[in-house]
Amino acid sequence: MSRYTFGGDEHIFVEVDEEMSLEAFFVSLSMTNAVRAAGIDGVTEICPANASCQIKFDPDRIHPDALLDRLQQLEVEADKTESRLETRIIEVPVYYQDPWTHETLMRFRDRHQDPDGTDLDYAARINGFDTVEDFIEAHSGAPWFVSMVGFVSGLPFLYQMVDRSRQIQVPKYLRPRTDTPKQTVGYGGSFSCIYSVRGAGGYQMFGITPMTIYDPEQEAPYLKEFMVFFRPGDIVKWRPIDRAEHDRLIRDVEDGCFSPRIRDVVFSLDEFNADPDGTNARLMEALYAG
Amino acid sequence: MPVNVISSGIMTTIQDLGRPGFFHLGIPMGGAMDRLALRAANLLVGNDEGAAGLEAVFVGPVLEFTEDVTVAVCGAELPPRIDDEEQPAWTALSIRKGQILSFGFLEAGARAYIAVSGGFSTPPALGSRSTYAIGALGGVGGRAIQPGDTLPLGQDRGNARPGTSVPNPLRRLPGSPAELRVLPGLYWHRITEPAQSGFFEDSWIVANEADRMGYRFRGGRPLEFVPRQQPYSAGSNPSNITDACYPYGSIQVPDGTEPIVLHRDAVSGGGYFMLGTVISADMDLVGQLQPNITTRFVRVRMGTALAARKNRSAMLHEIRELAA
Repeated sequence: MSRYTFGGDEHIFVEVDEEMSLEAFFVSLSMTNAVRAAGIDGVTEICPANASCQIKFDPDRIHPDALLDRLQQLEVEADKTESRLETRIIEVPVYYQDPWTHETLMRFRDRHQDPDGTDLDYAARINGFDTVEDFIEAHSGAPWFVSMVGFVSGLPFLYQMVDRSRQIQVPKYLRPRTDTPKQTVGYGGSFSCIYSVRGAGGYQMFGITPMTIYDPEQEAPYLKEFMVFFRPGDIVKWRPIDRAEHDRLIRDVEDGCFSPRIRDVVFSLDEFNADPDGTNARLMEALYAG
Repeated sequence: MPVNVISSGIMTTIQDLGRPGFFHLGIPMGGAMDRLALRAANLLVGNDEGAAGLEAVFVGPVLEFTEDVTVAVCGAELPPRIDDEEQPAWTALSIRKGQILSFGFLEAGARAYIAVSGGFSTPPALGSRSTYAIGALGGVGGRAIQPGDTLPLGQDRGNARPGTSVPNPLRRLPGSPAELRVLPGLYWHRITEPAQSGFFEDSWIVANEADRMGYRFRGGRPLEFVPRQQPYSAGSNPSNITDACYPYGSIQVPDGTEPIVLHRDAVSGGGYFMLGTVISADMDLVGQLQPNITTRFVRVRMGTALAARKNRSAMLHEIRELAA
């Protein structure tokens, strides 16, 4: 059973596990889906996170203890029912070692663990890779789960779908930067992220994507439905691109004719646990078929 | 007919009661930091309580009106002036076409709410006109107001009765020292018992980093953590957790030194432990704290939090009755 605790008189916080794992994320996602499906009067926000989730409610409409009981009941019912997930896989182009994040990381070098290298040099070295290229291959090889959307507008946190022994781990900056370019692909702890807007940040900076992921004006065709692109449970495959392709894609984005490659897929956690590489290979087939 | 912005103060934004429902995507509910004050101002001018008004921080704007309307200013003690003549706050005021609304110096509190009959009718985003500058949502093109802006007004004018006033006992501002009631919880177990008592014993000072996203406090003793092997993915500092959701009002203490109370434009999550949450009834008060104000956190139980919420609702009910 998860740990339940009140966040004041308007929130219940559910910690599935202290540690991140795909299992914990799936429990969080299935809990929040069950709460949404239950349509409980008085529930106002349902937020899944990496290994926890949070329900906001109006205590004038439902007593905190009554909601707590209801959630614990739902957890028992939802246990394992959602280890299959109908979701989508998305290819996101990334220009690693781009000049914009490079300029930014040089500007904030005094706040970094390794003032003499770049963020990628540092991440590659402490994770035991011989070259930055090998590191990029590992980062962009196996796909990632969007395990949380938030911090600020539409920012996805992503967790790589590999065995823990192959997980990349990189600490955040010693002191946060006051600036990060929009659409920077970042890394902190065991999570990647895409900065949806320009602003402060503490994650290591690896590259940049030309793909808009948040736009209140909703100009991109793939943002017409909603201004935020990512949803928890999305699967992402990074595709390394070079400067020429980056510039071409930026023009396509500006002209409104860029759309990411997206395919619907069904993901099974049991199947993944039995054969991670085989499952990922099938996901790649689904992404690149047709 | 619009309202012309002659001067915008330090940071004046259009706010209503916010846009709940999108926190799972990192878009906070936003809206007036002192909700009771915005509701009171709207009620005085005959608007719906949730109509969009202006939230002015520390310094008031200068506004020119191009038609006859009713205005009210509630919240912080920032004396309103019409054509340079001082007017009572928390009172429905008639203002005529061509007149100028300006403000004297701040006397208490931090945020004044200006309601105008009809309400501001800037384009809503995700169901709210509230300005969320980080996400460029709501307000005037997603930002605070600027000199030269013209702010449109809605045409639905209620029945304001100029001269109607909210009496003193219903005007809620922080005391001295300010007291914020807190329900311990979340990752409360991460700090030692002496740190738990110390947090509530110490006096804290509002830091300069105090805005719509959150309020930082300093001056109390650093918090000692219960030793542990940090969980996988949580980060190496003992104040780190695996990135999780943050409740509105939750109190995170990075590195155990300076508590931060998240407010209406909260980041929706992150990797710092939280020791508890300011109760919903006291969130309005946080928005009225100035930097350097001495603040005490007061430990309460859920029963007290719910009773305080009822009291605040009763105050609002009284304001509704007198403005009706």
